[in-house]
Amino acid sequence: MKRGFTILAIVTGLLLAFGFYKALAPLSWPLGTPTEQTMGYVQRIFYYHVSSAWTALVLFAINFVSSIVFLVKRNEKADILALATAELGVVFCAVVLVTGPIWARPVWGIWWDPADIRLNSTLALWLIYVSYLVLRRFSTSSKTPVIAAVWAIFGALDVPFVFFSIWFFRTQHPSPVIAQGGYLDPRMWITVLINWAAFLSLAWLVTWTRYRLEFAQRKVHEAEALESLREGSQ
Amino acid sequence: MSFLAITRATLGKDIRLEWRSKDAINAMLFFALLVVVIFSFAFDPTAEESRRIAGGLIWVAFLFAAVVALNQTWARELRNQVLDAYRVSPAPANPLFLAKAIGNFIFVSVLEGLMTPLFIAFYKLRALGPGWELLPIAGLGTWALVVNGTFFAAISLRTRSREIMLPLLLFPLSIPALLGMVNATTAILTGEESARFWIALLVAYDVVFTTACLLLFDTVLEAE
Repeated sequence: MKRGFTILAIVTGLLLAFGFYKALAPLSWPLGTPTEQTMGYVQRIFYYHVSSAWTALVLFAINFVSSIVFLVKRNEKADILALATAELGVVFCAVVLVTGPIWARPVWGIWWDPADIRLNSTLALWLIYVSYLVLRRFSTSSKTPVIAAVWAIFGALDVPFVFFSIWFFRTQHPSPVIAQGGYLDPRMWITVLINWAAFLSLAWLVTWTRYRLEFAQRKVHEAEALESLREGSQ
Repeated sequence: MSFLAITRATLGKDIRLEWRSKDAINAMLFFALLVVVIFSFAFDPTAEESRRIAGGLIWVAFLFAAVVALNQTWARELRNQVLDAYRVSPAPANPLFLAKAIGNFIFVSVLEGLMTPLFIAFYKLRALGPGWELLPIAGLGTWALVVNGTFFAAISLRTRSREIMLPLLLFPLSIPALLGMVNATTAILTGEESARFWIALLVAYDVVFTTACLLLFDTVLEAE
């Protein structure tokens, strides 16, 4: 287990470094990526922006599945996994929400476009999972995991509605803004996929660490509770 | 006792309690009145502008006011361990939930019925589209708020500062429903487009979340 962790950490570091290089290197450099014609160099934030978004979605999907598994089997490990993926998903989602406006400012001329479906649905998604974490933090009952799992299912059910309603809402009022065209250069595809692999691997690494930390913390709490019980009975 | 009998008994008890004490409805009414008055001081729109923003104002006011009632839903049952008694009784959980949701629906609907004339007067409103469609929109929108609100009020029972917890849970999840209600209302007030899509969205939202609430309420009630 320990060796697996080290190997994963090394792979993650290499992938992140390589992805970073590929995202920034112009075509004239070895293994570089072409610069987008109309947006110019700033378009390269795309590689981090989109990879973070996909990673966040994967993490939220894992959160949803492990919440269901927890409700069915009452397996504590599923609960810890749900907690870890939700926390990390919020972080990646926050990266999307920060890089989006940074990209939008030079390209569209505005920081935040209230008419862009992707920005707004991502924001709604982020809000839902932040409230999941707030619920976990504020809950005083010993059944926090159950309540949190129920809430996670509600949050996941809400996601299609968020996307659908905001999508329709905006197409009625067409905006001049088009996020990306349909076509993406194959070399850009490779770069974005490498970055996604790097982020996924980073997410795996951090989730694993967080999982072990939470597991250890709960064991310590249990041991402390037992200890105080024993002292009380003496 | 059958499902319907338990629902009716709980609902009857809640309405009788509310009729005698008028706790929730008074607080909600005064709160909504304050929101209307403050909004009308904060914005001074012409009739044309107010048609565009009134849908948003009305629903935000109702949403805030509904939270007042929703917060009291279960708090009432905590006194004298009523909820614990219910839990150990052989009665299923769903009728209890349904009765509470219907009760809240009635309270919030009464509030809406009383506040809407005020809104119309303050904002000089007149629907340019088919006005009767506002009725199903109000019904569906209110149900969307109270069904989730009743459920989340039960979730937030065992949390610190539970009064603030409910809006933190309810608002993010209600974004699509709120978009639906506001846009449908605005569409009818301005008469520029059809509200049909938004009504369909609200129906779908209500069906999905009512089902989810009924499936999961038992788990939540046991988890307390």
